[in-house]
Amino acid sequence: MRRTAFPALLALLCILASVATAVEPSERLPDQALEARARVISAELRCLVCQNESIDESHADLAHDIRILVRRRLTAGDSNQQVIDAVVDRYGAFVLLRPPVEPATYVLWFAPPALLLLGLGAAALWMSRRPRLDPSVTAALTDAERRKLDALMRENAP
Amino acid sequence: MITELGHFALILALFVAIVQATVPLIGAARRHNGWMMFGRACALAGLVLTTQAMLALMHAYVVSDFSVINVIANSHTDKPLLYKITGVWGNHEGSMLLWVFMLAVCSAAVALFSDNLPPALLARVMAVQGMIAVGFLLFILLTSNPFLRSVPPALNGNGLNPVLQDPGLAFHPPFLYLGYVGFSVAFSFAVAALIEGRVDAAWARWVRPWTLASWCALTIGIAMGSWWAYYTLGWGGWWFWDPVENASFMPWLVGTALIHSAIVVEKRDTLKSWTILLAIITFSLSLVGTFLVRSGVLTSVHAFATDPERGSFILGLLVAAIGGSLTLYAIRAPALRGGGLFAPISREGALVLNNLLLSCGCATVFLGTLYPLFLDATGGPKLSVGFPFFNRTFVPMMVPMVIAVGIGPMLAWKRGDLLGALQRVWAAYIATALAVLIAFYVTNGGPVLAVLGFGLATWLATAVVIELTDRLGLFRIAVRDSLHRAIRLPRAAYGMSIAHFGLAVSVAGFSASAFDREAIEVVKIGNAIDIAGYHLVLESVDRIPGPNYVADDAAVRVSHDGHLVKVMHPERRFFPLQSQTTSETAIRTNLLSDLYIALGDPGDGGGAWTLRVYWKPLVPFIWLGAVIMAFGGLVSLSDRRWRVGVAKRARGKGPVASAAAAE
Amino acid sequence: MSRLLYLLPLLLFVILAGYFTASLRSGRDIRELPSALISKPAPNFDLDGLGRSEKLSLSGLKGHPAVINFFASWCVPCRVEHPLLMRLKTENHVTIYGIAYKDKPADSLKLLDTYGDPYARVGVDQAGLTGLDFGVYGVPETYVLDSAGIIRKRFVGPLTAESVDTELLPLLKQLEHASGGAS
Repeated sequence: MRRTAFPALLALLCILASVATAVEPSERLPDQALEARARVISAELRCLVCQNESIDESHADLAHDIRILVRRRLTAGDSNQQVIDAVVDRYGAFVLLRPPVEPATYVLWFAPPALLLLGLGAAALWMSRRPRLDPSVTAALTDAERRKLDALMRENAP
Repeated sequence: MITELGHFALILALFVAIVQATVPLIGAARRHNGWMMFGRACALAGLVLTTQAMLALMHAYVVSDFSVINVIANSHTDKPLLYKITGVWGNHEGSMLLWVFMLAVCSAAVALFSDNLPPALLARVMAVQGMIAVGFLLFILLTSNPFLRSVPPALNGNGLNPVLQDPGLAFHPPFLYLGYVGFSVAFSFAVAALIEGRVDAAWARWVRPWTLASWCALTIGIAMGSWWAYYTLGWGGWWFWDPVENASFMPWLVGTALIHSAIVVEKRDTLKSWTILLAIITFSLSLVGTFLVRSGVLTSVHAFATDPERGSFILGLLVAAIGGSLTLYAIRAPALRGGGLFAPISREGALVLNNLLLSCGCATVFLGTLYPLFLDATGGPKLSVGFPFFNRTFVPMMVPMVIAVGIGPMLAWKRGDLLGALQRVWAAYIATALAVLIAFYVTNGGPVLAVLGFGLATWLATAVVIELTDRLGLFRIAVRDSLHRAIRLPRAAYGMSIAHFGLAVSVAGFSASAFDREAIEVVKIGNAIDIAGYHLVLESVDRIPGPNYVADDAAVRVSHDGHLVKVMHPERRFFPLQSQTTSETAIRTNLLSDLYIALGDPGDGGGAWTLRVYWKPLVPFIWLGAVIMAFGGLVSLSDRRWRVGVAKRARGKGPVASAAAAE
Repeated sequence: MSRLLYLLPLLLFVILAGYFTASLRSGRDIRELPSALISKPAPNFDLDGLGRSEKLSLSGLKGHPAVINFFASWCVPCRVEHPLLMRLKTENHVTIYGIAYKDKPADSLKLLDTYGDPYARVGVDQAGLTGLDFGVYGVPETYVLDSAGIIRKRFVGPLTAESVDTELLPLLKQLEHASGGAS
């Protein structure tokens, strides 16, 4: 039961979430600067009952609640990082859309550039191991070759 | 009765596939011509049988046969006919049937259009296709059978998820699957080549049309999915780095690398084992994508109802197909020796760079998508990876690639003149600088990435045009001679230019999202919102019934500079059967920008509604660019050099003629 | 050496398949999030009682292990676990404190009147602020606190007979022992 009923509820919330609006006009803070910060922070926080949406985009009740929480904290004077920390304290690091850079995620963050460098190195190594292209061999045509080339060109002239 | 016929046809298809997987293989080993050719007959029979199964399921949906479990779960008498038909693949079992149908189509196509393939190679390709078919038919028949009956039959069905009742979404799976499954042909060619122990220019030429066709289909499929998300989900997002989106993007990235790598094999007889590996990886990523979506190891808005038993079966298929092919690769690939040499700065070098960047990009998306799973499986913390990760890792990798796409085609094979190429595009530098300045000005020093992206798009577009005009000698030689060159230029060259230009258009679309404007207000009927020079008046909101829903339909009068532009009708639809509400956005596009309106909740006290209005400049370019890219691919496909029979026709005229034909 | 390089793709795939197998076998529901507050003090709360119930506050719970169950009348899985909660109260004599999450008090009362009241006390969290502080992301959720008010475990979704017998009851017994030994 647990496997179907609860996920079904979450799925329903998820579908509802993907349907309508996100930030309601009534949620918006009167202070423009604070509201702008709220939007920036909201874009970094994941809606937990929908997949792959930020709370800024989602219409789920939970997203609405966390949006209000963010704005309340901002009005109380917290910095952006403090607001994010408050949400992470309650919901865990999973709520961050950008994974933190910590030992558990070193591979995640550093593997892409490392792979690129590795690939460049491997390609360079492979190129250097092969016999070199000798310009003196490839540049000039011998007379025999030139005559043959002229013949072919004449045959294929439009 | 028809349902049972379809079921039976599927079982027969399995047996035919088993024969297809074995007989041609033995025939190739024993050089028995009849057995080798038998593979083609099997493929054609397989197509007939699978089509029959597909039609049988469609029939069950169209007549609303509620004794079939699959129809009960996903259909309803009130559903419009179009969605009854397309609802066939809107669920797990039906979509697997579509998968297998596409596989049958591809196998039959290879069987029909391969007259000039050596029999042994064709036989082995047919055999591998057969093996894949066996795996997936077994999967369907044993775990995901759409033809199972329910006793007693239900009075009516559960209906299709309202979000899925949409023309865009109805046609997105067929294109997507054609792409995914189409790469199986490249895979089969690769495995066949490994078995034979030989990869040469001819192999690369034979495999290219199939790869290109799949790539075109996948491009369209992904673009359709993105466009659907954009107009359905209500806030104008078009890419979420959702695991299932990534699952389709990864084969696309590697498939693009494969197309380019195969060119090098064909023209220069090098990069062979790398190309074979790419062919295997592309289809493997399609398979891994299938696994991710249907096994429940990753969550996604797209994921079908998950079932670990099905997941285990697909994992078994993965191990057999990918494990088997990679083992074969480890054993046979070292023997593939290449010949062509080239300097680092050359067209080959540029293509190697292209491959490197695309492969690393794909690896990055792969890592980001699967990292939560890796952490979870090793007892690590529960983390999530969202778009900020991909923006910071994937996007920077694509920047040098877009730059290289502009220069690469101008480099000669074997040894290229980079300095010369860089000089020839002087006009592109000017255009880019202008574009950056304009973007900077328009956005008042807006986000750096957006301005940069815009500059990149302009760079690429101008470079592509310069390359083409250069090749035609425009403005350098007489117009008549240029025209002459233009007529004789192979279509593949045009295809390349068109596709690269399409990329530039898409990049412009991606970058411009930073310039969006939005207005979210509670608007009383009769009042207005102003955005980006448009004046929008909410005239009325009426209740309108639909076939299986009730809608609140708003009429919004949009005018610009006092002139009426359009009356737009965003809606909120309520589907009573599922108790779900969907938002139908109203979008007005002039192909240069979109005006996007979504109707929100009614305000308290009646007579007022929340309107979400967005003005999105250049967003249509995203999908326009994709269409242009696919069109470029099609133009390339139509190049006469790929056509069957060219080699035959030229054979009579002598060595020079056939050499010219083979160029 | 280059021969080994050709084995690399296969090796990587084997590792990947290993991860997939582990993930499939674990049988965990991937949508379930671990609580961020495990082994941390429960957030402070002071809620009005539902109907005739007394107020429910964190301070009132200190001194003995406590089970807090977030529920709502609109929540279908809550109905599913309700008989289990009743059983816990009548047969196992477990004290359960309820918090009505984002629910109209009249509706919550009607639910308890109709199906039975398994709770010793019920607090009203209509705005959902206490739920936010606990990190609640859906209902029902059940928290187990020790006598010092530290959160020891969270159950996401309805309790099952299995989770009650194999996890909840043994944990409570363990916590009772610890607090009994201390005092």
